[in-house]
Amino acid sequence: MLDVALKISVALFAIAIVLNLYRVTVGPSLPDRILALDTMYVNSIALIVLFGIWLGDRTYFEAALLIAMLGFVSTVAVCKYLLRGDIIE
Amino acid sequence: MIALYTLMEGVIAFFLIAGSIFALIGSLGLTRMKDFYMRLHGPSKISTLGVGCVLLASITYFSLLDGGPSLRELLITIFLFITAPVSAHMLSKSALHQKLARDPRTRGEPKEFQEDDEQTVEEAPQGDSKLP
Repeated sequence: MLDVALKISVALFAIAIVLNLYRVTVGPSLPDRILALDTMYVNSIALIVLFGIWLGDRTYFEAALLIAMLGFVSTVAVCKYLLRGDIIE
Repeated sequence: MIALYTLMEGVIAFFLIAGSIFALIGSLGLTRMKDFYMRLHGPSKISTLGVGCVLLASITYFSLLDGGPSLRELLITIFLFITAPVSAHMLSKSALHQKLARDPRTRGEPKEFQEDDEQTVEEAPQGDSKLP
């Protein structure tokens, strides 16, 4: 049961990442692209955690935590750049 | 004991399927909505909930594998649940700053859209008064 559920949820997350990639490419404005990139970070965290469950390995947890932190910091930095024209004033 | 393992496997499978469906609905909203302010809703709420469900499944799985509680994935969950509203707030502020186009049926007028001429008038005397 767990194998089938893992395969189905990996497929659904892959479809979600493809939809985000469409919004990154097409998105008419800059905040759209930043939002789609942020969503891609979140979905890739879930994919890495799923891969860790698949292999039964705990090492991938740290990669997911790193991606979470870097994704948040980069989103806030790019938004700050759009707001102020500068990141650190 | 076998029944417990089967039950927990069902719980993990339910969390995995529910989380991936939530994340897919959030990304579908990001793709299909008309307006940036509408598109912000899907990823900032529903995708975060989906990833939270997947991390809950991971917590359950590794707790069952270890035979004790393994709560390290809870760190990612708490971090995501704290940072998702902050990044959504920053994104909406930058969209209001850029004055992105919105759906004409949207009600209300945010104050970033109203003050076009008054800002330049108000900022000039402040700059003079702050000079030593």
